[in-house]
Amino acid sequence: MLKVADMLVGEKGIITELCLENIPLNLLEMGCLPGNELELVQLAPLSDPLYLRIDNTFLAIRKETAAFIQITKI
Amino acid sequence: MLKSKTIKISLVGNPNTGKTSLFNVLTGLNQKVGNYPGITVDKKQGQCKLSNTVSGIVTDLPGTYSINPTSIDESIVLDTLLNNQNEDYPDVVVVVADIENLKRNLLLFTQIKDLEIPTILAINMADQMKSKGISFDKETLERELKTKIILVSARKNTGIEELKEAIISYNSSDLSPVASIAYRMDHEFFEDVKLKFKDKHSLYKSWLLITQHQSATFITDEEHKIIHEFRSDIKKIEKLQHKETVLRYSVINEILKKGYRVNRSEGTDIRAYLDKILTHKIFGYFLFTFILLAIFQSVFNLASYPMDFIDTSFAEMSSYLSSKLPSGPFSDLLSEGVIPGIGGIVIFIPQIAILFFFIAILEETGYMSRVVFLMDKVMRRFGLNGKSVIPLISGTACAVPAIMATRNINNWKERLITILVTPFTTCSARLPVYVIIIAVVIPNKMLYGVFNLQGLIMMSLYLIGFISAIIAAYVLSKFIKTNEQSFFVIEMPNYKFPSFKNVFITVIERTKAFVFGAGKIILSISIVLWFLASNGPESYKNAESLVKLQQIDELNDEEFEQQLASYKLQHSYIGILGKTIEPAIAPLGYDWKMGIAIISSFAAREVFVSTLATIYSVESDEQMTTIKERLIAEVNPTTQKRRFDLPTGMSLLIFYAFALQCAGTVAIVKRETKSWKWPLIQFVGMGIIAYITAFITYNIF
Ligand SMILES: Nc1nc2c(ncn2[C@@H]2O[C@H](COP(=O)(O)OP(=O)(O)OP(=O)(O)O)[C@@H](O)[C@H]2O)c(=O)[nH]1
Ligand SMILES: [Mg+2]
Repeated sequence: MLKVADMLVGEKGIITELCLENIPLNLLEMGCLPGNELELVQLAPLSDPLYLRIDNTFLAIRKETAAFIQITKI
Repeated sequence: MLKSKTIKISLVGNPNTGKTSLFNVLTGLNQKVGNYPGITVDKKQGQCKLSNTVSGIVTDLPGTYSINPTSIDESIVLDTLLNNQNEDYPDVVVVVADIENLKRNLLLFTQIKDLEIPTILAINMADQMKSKGISFDKETLERELKTKIILVSARKNTGIEELKEAIISYNSSDLSPVASIAYRMDHEFFEDVKLKFKDKHSLYKSWLLITQHQSATFITDEEHKIIHEFRSDIKKIEKLQHKETVLRYSVINEILKKGYRVNRSEGTDIRAYLDKILTHKIFGYFLFTFILLAIFQSVFNLASYPMDFIDTSFAEMSSYLSSKLPSGPFSDLLSEGVIPGIGGIVIFIPQIAILFFFIAILEETGYMSRVVFLMDKVMRRFGLNGKSVIPLISGTACAVPAIMATRNINNWKERLITILVTPFTTCSARLPVYVIIIAVVIPNKMLYGVFNLQGLIMMSLYLIGFISAIIAAYVLSKFIKTNEQSFFVIEMPNYKFPSFKNVFITVIERTKAFVFGAGKIILSISIVLWFLASNGPESYKNAESLVKLQQIDELNDEEFEQQLASYKLQHSYIGILGKTIEPAIAPLGYDWKMGIAIISSFAAREVFVSTLATIYSVESDEQMTTIKERLIAEVNPTTQKRRFDLPTGMSLLIFYAFALQCAGTVAIVKRETKSWKWPLIQFVGMGIIAYITAFITYNIF
């Protein structure tokens, strides 16, 4: 188990858990759901925001949100 | 039976799936653009010929990931689809999906399908199927999704005829829902919903009415009450919304397993390569700065030629007309009011068009999202959001569409601050003012052999615009309080080579809307001004005898004419008005003529130039001179020095940099913030800043 906020660039994992109260609905709607593959593509300076790939969708979120998503590495 | 018929079509889909491109293909240039200058408003509509007998009205809606609105932008979609009394309520919805992201796109599709409206699924970007290794089984998906599927490519123009046919026969659509997840979400809850709404709406629609943030306008008071009751447990509603998403995805996954496959063996695309450079921690920022500088530079360099040409052509046209037409009030109105007025608008078409062109390119390529990504952390320090960068950049063309572009900022406080500070950026309406004043007061010389002094001043004005926007944001963020959580999610789309058709249409549409919107204001103000400048009370009418009386020395005819003209102007209505406000603006270095120009430009800044043009052409009988020459020739009667000297010029520049002189902006801020409070605060605040800084500037130089 690893928080997305603590991933290194290039690491991949499967989303295992989300803290729903702290995750905006539209992030879920874009495919950020348990079971989907997640990769950290790039970090902005100061590690915030994070540029992610979730399945086929590329998106960026802030570090504070990334702290509520857990993955297991693959 | 041949009867012509009109079908109302709505294009709905995720952002960036090609709705607008498809809209452009369907409608060509037959688009009706919004009522504000320079924007494609919330929804765009256009005419489309579907067959010889059937025509369509197509509505292009903003992109949304789901029907649950998380921003204002997205709630427009829900409003259109829920309210069947709405004039835009569609006969058929075309859901535009991107073949590459089908799974995510289907989330919205299943929601719309559950509304039980005729729906067609148009899968766009079919041209990319091969290169992305995508295969899919149309028949299976059509059966599973209970819909007609059309593969299209808006870029390559394929599948369009088929889509039109499907639209024509929308009546044969299967209306049954695909996911019907309501009962699986929470049986008890939905039994209750069904009971309370008494089957008036479909179950899914009732659910959407409950989740709506602002209660819809088209429902009864009783329904309002029911909704209110359900919303009392908002945590539960939110949980259910999350659950809905999860369930829908599981339905979609099952369906896609049967008929959609992506071979991700194709090597990494150009994205990874470009992102390494464009979002690099250091180069990324350099490149961004460089791109902005390059754009502004080329806007000036490219536009200066047509501008000079337009300026001289209009001056010549005026003098030609006044020499050919029989002299009289009509000829005067034309050559002194209308033509200089129109000239004042036409002159900055080149700059606006070029600026819109570059902004459209940045939007088309997908680069804007990278800028948002790079800037979020920085912007947050100042109470803004990464997404605020886009309004601040496009505000350099026009604040009105820029303020509309804030709609995708979900957090109200960050959005409000962005709206309030966007008008600080140097919009193109300020350009004509800057260009003319700089040309008049700043010497055209090189500094250290490399920098053109005039260019440098122009550059500084842009910088002042950006910097003051940022500072204002910081100050505002200390005063505006909110307990709303700030979320930030932005999609990073694929890089695309810009479609020149899209860029072209955007530039034409925005420029057209801008010119006609601003044009009306400028033209009417020019005419009013001309009237006020060539009429006046008693002392105006008796000007000739009064001037003669005043004369001590004998004057030759020419000198007499000049004296008379300036006497008349001073005693015309506008002269009286200008004289009245002169004490208020004298500390800033302005005389009453500039005062008139400033007052009239409170409707739109660019009016400043045409007002001066009108005033001076009323005063002088020499028509050949351009506006610039007239300003240079203007002398201060008491000091006998140039009226537009350095202190006055700099003070004017600063005044225009800060003052909110734009009726369009005030109106759009009122609309977007839904109150007069904010535009008022903005207007007064910026006015005070303008006055104080202009006063300081005048006294420094
Ligand atoms: N390869 C390819 N690219 C396309 C196609 N259709 C559109 N595009 C590109 O996709 C990008 C997005 O197109 P738009 O038409 O702006 O998308 P939209 O759905 O209107 O986007 P929003 O208004 O932001 O929701 C542009 O760069 C288009 O040039 C297509 O059929 N094939
Ligand atoms: Mg669009």
